[in-house]
Amino acid sequence: MTPSVIEFKISSEDRRVAWLATAAVGLSLVDAAIPSPLPGVKPGLANIVTLIVLIRYGWTTAAWVSGLRVLAGSLLLGYFLAPGFFLSLAGTVCSLATLGLVRHLPGRWFGPVSLSIFAAFAHIGGQLLLARVWLIPHDGVFLLTPVFSAAALVFGTINGVIATKLLTDLPPHPELPSRA
Amino acid sequence: MPWLALLKPGDWLIIGLGALLVGLSFPLFWQGGLGERAIVRQNGQIVANLDLRSKRQLSVPGPLGSTLIAIEPGRARVVADPGPRQYCVRQGWLMRPGEIAICAPNRVSLQISGRTKVYDSLSY
Repeated sequence: MTPSVIEFKISSEDRRVAWLATAAVGLSLVDAAIPSPLPGVKPGLANIVTLIVLIRYGWTTAAWVSGLRVLAGSLLLGYFLAPGFFLSLAGTVCSLATLGLVRHLPGRWFGPVSLSIFAAFAHIGGQLLLARVWLIPHDGVFLLTPVFSAAALVFGTINGVIATKLLTDLPPHPELPSRA
Repeated sequence: MPWLALLKPGDWLIIGLGALLVGLSFPLFWQGGLGERAIVRQNGQIVANLDLRSKRQLSVPGPLGSTLIAIEPGRARVVADPGPRQYCVRQGWLMRPGEIAICAPNRVSLQISGRTKVYDSLSY
């Protein structure tokens, strides 16, 4: 008698998500290797992948890719289920929600740079709120808001420009065909 | 600049608005910092200098009776006062350095202080 076999069908969508999430995880490792003057101020290079995925493959794929990136990135860097993991998750959830709204902005006027800036501000906003509610229940955390928001603006703009450049230069990967 | 061509007009608008927001956030969040201690005075003498990190209540005796002060993380207020007009009670929570509630009839005051000293007014 053979034991029953559970077979998972792997769709091309699954492959695409896996590849893109791998790229995002790689960039989060690069991110972690860059020294930062203040904990929390990071370039957030993995968001370049999120932006490209959002524009090319839609919001659902982008949500999968960033969710997997947070999970796998935290496992690789060793902070899974530590406070940093929840901060990262809160930031990602907020920026995905914001991206879901602002991606409906007219594309003729607003490019990936706008989306990137909105996402960066939402990311830092989500993290600060979680930190205030859970980790440091004192309004003192908000003293860092100006520094964090300045970093969000600078890195959001740079990441947005890189994403725009990649979107115009790179044709969709042959193994990861665009849905559109 | 080939990079600048990647930006659309709306992107410039968002960058400008973002920069404005960042610029405004500095004075908003950094003016005088946050309240760290509550100074309670009776008849001009400091009777208590409390850290604004823990929750506690304090009763200060005066000529009319006792004034009740509540301290919570990051803020403080006068809960009850025997004075006739209740100005200091109605001021509510104080959280910024320099804020003060004065219960004049009972000669009690509650002031918030921070790391940096802020001025009530400046004249040249």
